[in-house]
Amino acid sequence: MSSQPSISVSKLTKRFGDFTAVDEITFDVHQGEIFGFLGANGAGKTTAMRMLCGLSLPTSGTATVAGFDLSSEPEQIKKSIGYMSQKFSLYEDLTIRENSRFYGGIYGLKDQQILQRTQEMLDHLKLESQADTLVKSLPLGWKQKLSFAVALMHDPKIVFLDEPTGGVDPVTRREFWTMIYAAADRGTTVFVTTHYMDEAEYCDRVSIMVDGKVQALDTPSALSKQFGTKGMTEVFIQLARKATRSDN
Amino acid sequence: MKQFLYFIRKEFYHLLRDRRTLFILFGMPITQILIFGFALTNEVKNSAIAILDNSKDEATAAIIHQLEASQYFDLLLNINSNAELESTFQQGKIRMAVVFPEQFQRSLLHNNLAQVQLIADATDPNVANTLTTYATSIIMDYQQSLSNGIPIPLMVNTEMRMLYNPQMKGSYNFVPGVMAMVLMLVGAMMTSISIVREKELGTMEVILVSPIVPMRIIIAKMIPYLILSMVNIASILLLSVYALDVPIRGSLVLLVAECFLFTLTALALGLLISSVSGSQQVAMLISLMGLFLPTIMFSGFMFPVENMPIPLQVLSNLVPAKWFYYIVKDVMIKGTGLKTVWMETLILAGMLVVLLTVSIRKFKVRLE
Repeated sequence: MSSQPSISVSKLTKRFGDFTAVDEITFDVHQGEIFGFLGANGAGKTTAMRMLCGLSLPTSGTATVAGFDLSSEPEQIKKSIGYMSQKFSLYEDLTIRENSRFYGGIYGLKDQQILQRTQEMLDHLKLESQADTLVKSLPLGWKQKLSFAVALMHDPKIVFLDEPTGGVDPVTRREFWTMIYAAADRGTTVFVTTHYMDEAEYCDRVSIMVDGKVQALDTPSALSKQFGTKGMTEVFIQLARKATRSDN
Repeated sequence: MKQFLYFIRKEFYHLLRDRRTLFILFGMPITQILIFGFALTNEVKNSAIAILDNSKDEATAAIIHQLEASQYFDLLLNINSNAELESTFQQGKIRMAVVFPEQFQRSLLHNNLAQVQLIADATDPNVANTLTTYATSIIMDYQQSLSNGIPIPLMVNTEMRMLYNPQMKGSYNFVPGVMAMVLMLVGAMMTSISIVREKELGTMEVILVSPIVPMRIIIAKMIPYLILSMVNIASILLLSVYALDVPIRGSLVLLVAECFLFTLTALALGLLISSVSGSQQVAMLISLMGLFLPTIMFSGFMFPVENMPIPLQVLSNLVPAKWFYYIVKDVMIKGTGLKTVWMETLILAGMLVVLLTVSIRKFKVRLE
């Protein structure tokens, strides 16, 4: 782990009118870390993540992402991050190869790089035979793995995953996490939101947001110890129960 | 730049893979031109008429002969009584009847005045009007041939000339209208749907997180539909000229340039619609209700704008299709140049600038 944090957030706030969705959150994420970003629905985690990706402007506070300032260097940030949205983000009417060519292309990769990385990806996911079939005919689990691989294609320093395993079966979720570990081992910082507490246990460190604030941040085992519980599920329930805000 | 080409390529995949939509987009202008050209027409031809000739003299025979000779009328039958006339109308066999009174030729020659009665089925007022006008003019022709040599004191002679469209073809009117309709629909509706679809699918977020400049997203989204629209213009013009005999009297270059301008306006409108609608259905509804209907109602192609109440006339000025319709009619049918349509062109260009500015500003770079 390097001395400079991969993501550094200081008093980041987002207000929509009177409603404070994200309330002065402050934390650092280290390079190569798998950072679990938890919170009940409506706690503000998606808003926070969108600010870090440049999809939403902060009302106040500062942050650096991959060493670049959120408000003054958004273009550099965009080049250094990968993003996988909650919704499935590949084009269903394009083939696997066309999707990867498109995403590689808009990240400015050279043709040669795109070809090579697509090939690596196909080999790795054992999808060579499906390379020229339309994505819509693939099973959901494959699609999710594929969109993660595509999000990593331009070799980003940080990858943001917004509930990447929603609706996916346990076996595929396990495979998905193997991919996440592999990416982290290569030095990519993984910033992931999830509702599955077993996945929270897989993270290096976990933060839990309640009502727009970060209420807990530590390794899963330290959090369990701190709250006197057996696992993350109970930690989460203890904290989330204090929420006053209902679902968004 | 390369990013941009990748983006355009992707847009073409979307367009070309959606066979059904593609078929509609290319098929629509062709079917519309053919339907308007051959099925829906205001022209009245070969209408069945009946003659009740109570005089049966040379004059009536001559008039009947001329009516029969014209392409507008088919002489269905000669009838003998008013009662028969009534029942023939009721059976719907005829649309008009010509009734000559007794002693027609005699009163014409001796009193210099004869009456002929035209009875039309006015359940369709427009057709009734047209038919009586045709018949009147045929009878007038006959009257004139009679007066040859014999000076009639103080007679006003009307002579009509139908400028630009001597055969009174309906196609001269609807070809520009269909062009406005098709370009508006393809441009605005398809662009808005293609952008909103990405919002719905969630791919728009991923694109906006990527380093591609939003302006390029917009342009890349528009280019396929711009090309598609130009293809549609070509097919409409080819069909008009070769299948419907509608001439292009003015400059083809000017005509195509004006079409290009109008298409851009439609694309800008599509962009605007996409930024205010959250789903493809909404985008489609807004395009249909907000653009397609006004295009049909206010461009002047179906209903003359001059006859509308003043507030509606004022409103019609906001419809880009109205100006485009004027331009196409002028350039294509009348054969005028930029000298006569510069104002309409400027108005369209102004609309384009305003719409583009507003819609680019509204295009949400950051999805709040």
